[in-house]
Amino acid sequence: MAAQLGERGEAEHFIRIADLRKTFRSRGKSFEVLKGVDLEIDRGDIFGVVGFSGAGKSTLIRCINRLEEPDGGEIKIGDTEITKLTKYELDRYRQKIGIIFQQFNLLDSRTVAENVSFPLEIAGEKNGRISGRVKEILDLVDLSDKADFYPGQLSGGQKQRVGIARALANNPDILLSDEATSALDPQTTLSVLDLLKDINEKLKLTIILITHELNVIRYVCKNMAVLEDGQIVERGPVRSVFTSPASDTAKLFLKIDAGFQIGWNDGGGI
Amino acid sequence: MEQMTLAETIASAFGEKTWTIVFPAIYDTLYMVFYTTILTAVFGLLLGILIVVTSDDGIYPCRKFSAVLGSVVNGLRSLPSIIIIILTLPLSRFIVGVSYGPKACIIALAVTCIPMFGRLVESSILEIPKGKIEAARSMGAKNSQIVTKVMIPEALPSLIRNFTIAVIAVISTTALAGMLGAGGLGDVAVRFGYNRFKTDILIAAILVMILMVQVVQFIGNILSRNVLKKRHLI
Repeated sequence: MAAQLGERGEAEHFIRIADLRKTFRSRGKSFEVLKGVDLEIDRGDIFGVVGFSGAGKSTLIRCINRLEEPDGGEIKIGDTEITKLTKYELDRYRQKIGIIFQQFNLLDSRTVAENVSFPLEIAGEKNGRISGRVKEILDLVDLSDKADFYPGQLSGGQKQRVGIARALANNPDILLSDEATSALDPQTTLSVLDLLKDINEKLKLTIILITHELNVIRYVCKNMAVLEDGQIVERGPVRSVFTSPASDTAKLFLKIDAGFQIGWNDGGGI
Repeated sequence: MEQMTLAETIASAFGEKTWTIVFPAIYDTLYMVFYTTILTAVFGLLLGILIVVTSDDGIYPCRKFSAVLGSVVNGLRSLPSIIIIILTLPLSRFIVGVSYGPKACIIALAVTCIPMFGRLVESSILEIPKGKIEAARSMGAKNSQIVTKVMIPEALPSLIRNFTIAVIAVISTTALAGMLGAGGLGDVAVRFGYNRFKTDILIAAILVMILMVQVVQFIGNILSRNVLKKRHLI
């Protein structure tokens, strides 16, 4: 941490977000959701952003592929300034940033294999090469036997695996996870997180995930940041944030986490 | 005029004399319904897509265009069909050369039915969860790809149901146009059934129209259900 602060180490970070700002306006009212977020993420990291509802997590992650347009600040990935891309460049760039969602957002009109081939069609991949690539990715997420199923036939966990496969189809450099496990039961969450760990290692993929579940961060992330009211209030390796939280939000998160573990409903301790 | 009993009237409604009048009218009605439906399907779909795409929270917001489009559609929708038919018959003379008969009425009928189907298409597409469109955008999909690969296929079951409603509206509007010289079952019902008190012919014409509507609704239901079943959504 100290070494990073000295030189800011601009060259070595893969993703650099500086002074990111976003204000939502509706009917004369405005809500400042991101109030100058600074973040650096290294290549190959699994980076978690945790925060309570309304802290701006979702807006932050959605700014990275510009599903939300930032009002100010910079987002640099490698040498590319995301906020300055033209519409055409942005479409090309988005193919290199996969994203998975809480609600999966699969297309009900397409089979599993067709859902995975969707981003390849969009990227203009030749038909002959699509089926091979689809097979390869479905193998990776362990869904080869479900290739011809429709999303309507799948469980939540299987749907999210399809979501991951779809996000990986174009060999992205970055995978964004927008509360991807929040709609899943604990057991399924675990298997999806294992899959994320697995692809992080196998594909050297940089993963940024946002969540309100501390266990998710603890289980998969290497580094993390705590977002509070549109600002990063704490960041560092997961273990150090967990063992010596500095911000109120981090302390509160850990207290809630501990409360669930020791808070027996009969009032007793451990 | 001789007075028929109810039983005689009903018997006569299925008689040969009645059907020599009704049969050609069925042909005229089918002719009008067929072409009006095609025009309505194509332009209504385009209209509905344009409305959704250019709206404020659409994928290609265009405030002025969408406002003008919305007013035109609302304007046409607020007028009774019969008024629109009267207003557009001169237009038919310009496009197809005549302002009477089945051919002329197709244009008039399409003008009344396209805005209606356009609104139905709009509501079908708006039923798609926004996240799916966003997911496509996040993969770098162009607007045209979002329309053809996400909006239309995802909304298909709902589009089929709404198209069924539109075809039925076309059938009933076609009957209305009969009053204005379009020919067809509506024309027969009015000329014989209303003006000349030929209740038997009126009954026959109505029966055929009811049958048409039933068949259309039946086919629409089956198609829509089949799509939903194939996708395992029911």
